[in-house]
Amino acid sequence: MRATKNHNVLSVLVENRPGVLMRVVALISRRGFNIESLSVGPTEDPTRSRITIIADVDDEAWEQITKQLNKLVVVHKITDLTDEPSIERELVLFKVNAPAERRSEVIEIANLFRAKIVDVGRGSLTIEATGDESKMQGMEDLLRAYGIREITRTGKIAMSRNSKEE
Amino acid sequence: MPDDKKQVAMSTVAMEGAPRGLGSKNPKQGKRMTGAQAIIAALEAEGVDLLFGYPGGQAIKIYDALYDSTQLKHVLARHEQGAVHEADGYARATGNVGVALVTSGPGATNTVTGIATAYMDSIPLVVVTGQVPRAVIGSDSFQESDIVGMTMSVVKHSYLLLSADDIARTFREAFHIAKTGRPGPVLIDVPSDILSAEITFEYPDAVNIPSYRPTYRGNAKQIRAAARLIADASKPVLYVGGGVVSSGASAQATELARMMRIPTVVTLMAKGAIPSSEPLNLGAVGMHGSKYANMALNRSDLIIACGARFSDRVTGRFDEFAPEAKVVHIDIDPAEIGKVREAQVPIVGDVRRVLDSLLEELARIEAAPDTAAWLSQIDEWRTRFPMYDEHVEEPAGAIVPEVAMRQLSRALDPESTIVVTEVGQHQMWAAQFVDRELPRTFLSSGGLGTMGFGFPAAVGAAIGCPGKTVVCVAGDGSFQMNLQEMATAAINNVPVKVVVVDNRALGMVRQWQKLFYGGRYSATELDDVPDFVKLADAYGWGAERVERPQDVEAAYARMLATEGPYLLDLRIPRDQSVFPMVAPGGGLSEVIGAIDSGAGFRIVAEPDGVGWTNWASRTNKAAGGVGGREGGR
Ligand SMILES: Cc1ncc(C[n+]2csc(CCOP(=O)(O)OP(=O)(O)O)c2C)c(N)n1
Ligand SMILES: [Mg+2]
Repeated sequence: MRATKNHNVLSVLVENRPGVLMRVVALISRRGFNIESLSVGPTEDPTRSRITIIADVDDEAWEQITKQLNKLVVVHKITDLTDEPSIERELVLFKVNAPAERRSEVIEIANLFRAKIVDVGRGSLTIEATGDESKMQGMEDLLRAYGIREITRTGKIAMSRNSKEE
Repeated sequence: MPDDKKQVAMSTVAMEGAPRGLGSKNPKQGKRMTGAQAIIAALEAEGVDLLFGYPGGQAIKIYDALYDSTQLKHVLARHEQGAVHEADGYARATGNVGVALVTSGPGATNTVTGIATAYMDSIPLVVVTGQVPRAVIGSDSFQESDIVGMTMSVVKHSYLLLSADDIARTFREAFHIAKTGRPGPVLIDVPSDILSAEITFEYPDAVNIPSYRPTYRGNAKQIRAAARLIADASKPVLYVGGGVVSSGASAQATELARMMRIPTVVTLMAKGAIPSSEPLNLGAVGMHGSKYANMALNRSDLIIACGARFSDRVTGRFDEFAPEAKVVHIDIDPAEIGKVREAQVPIVGDVRRVLDSLLEELARIEAAPDTAAWLSQIDEWRTRFPMYDEHVEEPAGAIVPEVAMRQLSRALDPESTIVVTEVGQHQMWAAQFVDRELPRTFLSSGGLGTMGFGFPAAVGAAIGCPGKTVVCVAGDGSFQMNLQEMATAAINNVPVKVVVVDNRALGMVRQWQKLFYGGRYSATELDDVPDFVKLADAYGWGAERVERPQDVEAAYARMLATEGPYLLDLRIPRDQSVFPMVAPGGGLSEVIGAIDSGAGFRIVAEPDGVGWTNWASRTNKAAGGVGGREGGR
């Protein structure tokens, strides 16, 4: 394989039915590729779901994956957002150590990133944040100093910026 | 798209996969019935008259409903794998969708190899599996298996039925999907409780699957570009694959070759699509193709690939494949185009329609063939490196497989016979030496290389084509993988003729051990068991053993003259190899074992004077290399 690896983003419009996600995921994992991020949810049309898949794969393999996905009877439409201007978002929950004396520092960081405190424990705070990759990474870097107990991510969702789909 | 145009586009697609039977005009339309009866009614509405299967607890209601059908003939296999291969052989021989019906659990899991075989070769099948009742799915109940999950990567599509109301629509969709676009197997898993639910049977004619719209018509601009390339090429090769058979494009492909005087190579899947008697047909290509066909393909300046997928069995080492060739690639599956080899002119569409337009375009631009020099070059190679030459030294007094296959070829009328093979050396000898004039008269497991496919497929083909004589060229190893189907043939009086090319060996693997593993015959020598003639007798078949070369032709004649199923045990030496052979891991130019006429023997040490031992050890390393891409049989 000659091409280099890329951070690839696919938005896949599928039937909203049991087993559909499995078909899509199996097709990718069967080729030995690791899915970096995956998110699924219903769309404006209740019979359809949108799956956002992010994987680091070389271009040739990615093209083949896209074509094979297109062949699945349950797949309506695939939009490759890899090289398109697009909006990528992810929701992240951080549970961070925050003893009483440092709590305000952590809250300040959260505010800086326009994140919300969604739970307060005796020695910890849980923060809900959304944003793109670099923002989330920046926040994680700062919070690490306090001790991160747990991180949960939704997986990224994406949408093209132009409105050529209409 | 404006609405009326959309309508037209949809109706062409719908017509493409329309039921062979009465569809919505079926006599049971509108009647109240059980889910099980609806399944039978659906098969009848599709025009199915033959299905292969094996009953069990979760399929018993379907079998009960089948008992009343006058239209459906059910063939009871002796193993579910046999049933699916039989349905597959029927589909390959007739062009219709093959249907198999089995029970849940082990019945369903036994179908997996059959489904995978059909998938790899793009054969339309509908496989109906019984399933445990909806309420207990997922609870490890008796004979439950997640067959939809297990087969996901080897089906074109699959369904788990969740309501009896979905039966009619699901069956219509399944048949439509199986036979349109790039054909393939579709599985329908039916929980047994919906079989007793009462419904009103309303069979649809059309399907509405917005996410499934194969492209049939090739892009006009690309067709013009292809015609230009063809008109300008001086060393073109037409590369014909199984898609030409499934789209019914044999006449068009042959016409293209003749019109532009293009030498043609034919994959295992397409054997028969171009008549063997056509002088432009160079025959088999790739791993065990002729040296001249491989030279032609590899040195061409234009490859016109029709319904072919540049399989590694054809191209050999890929980075050395046809370095000077431009590629026109015609295929209904967009995922095939550019998958292996970049195409300068990609054309997505039905091969037959695309070739029709291409022929028109070539006529319109008054393209004239410019291949005389190229053809005479190929002729020179063909004379110098023939596929076989009777002067090659062979073990005295023994049957020579190449010669025996030529004799078989001469004994078979090309119009009224079908040849089916198992997998191994015998398969390659049959592909090399049995001539075929018509598509769908040479059936073989190409993509998956499934031992055990050939014999049941021959049974299915014979039942589907009662007017034809079906001959199965089998290996002693492969035949033993599904020989329980001898009972199916006997009981249904299927007059299938099995020629067991008996080398008491898993010959193809043994050949690799001989050539690349220093003759260490690990687990490839079969004992002289069973006695195939006695076995045939036990099943009530006719049979004979033939051991001397001078007796072969008379034995074929007796076999073909005998009514009913027949086995001919053709004993050949254990040590024969299939040649020529593209060195595993090597490019198409690295052919070993080709015959140099004049010299009268096989050239085993190639390429270019690299000593045999040297070469063998080098290849041995390569064979274990990169991700198994070069892997064996
Ligand atoms: C189901 C299956 N198992 C194993 C193989 C690997 N394999 C390929 S050819 C072959 C030997 C076939 O022996 P036989 O049918 O006697 O044919 P021969 O090569 O001797 O003509 C084997 C084991 C296969 N292709 N399919
Ligand atoms: Mg054998």
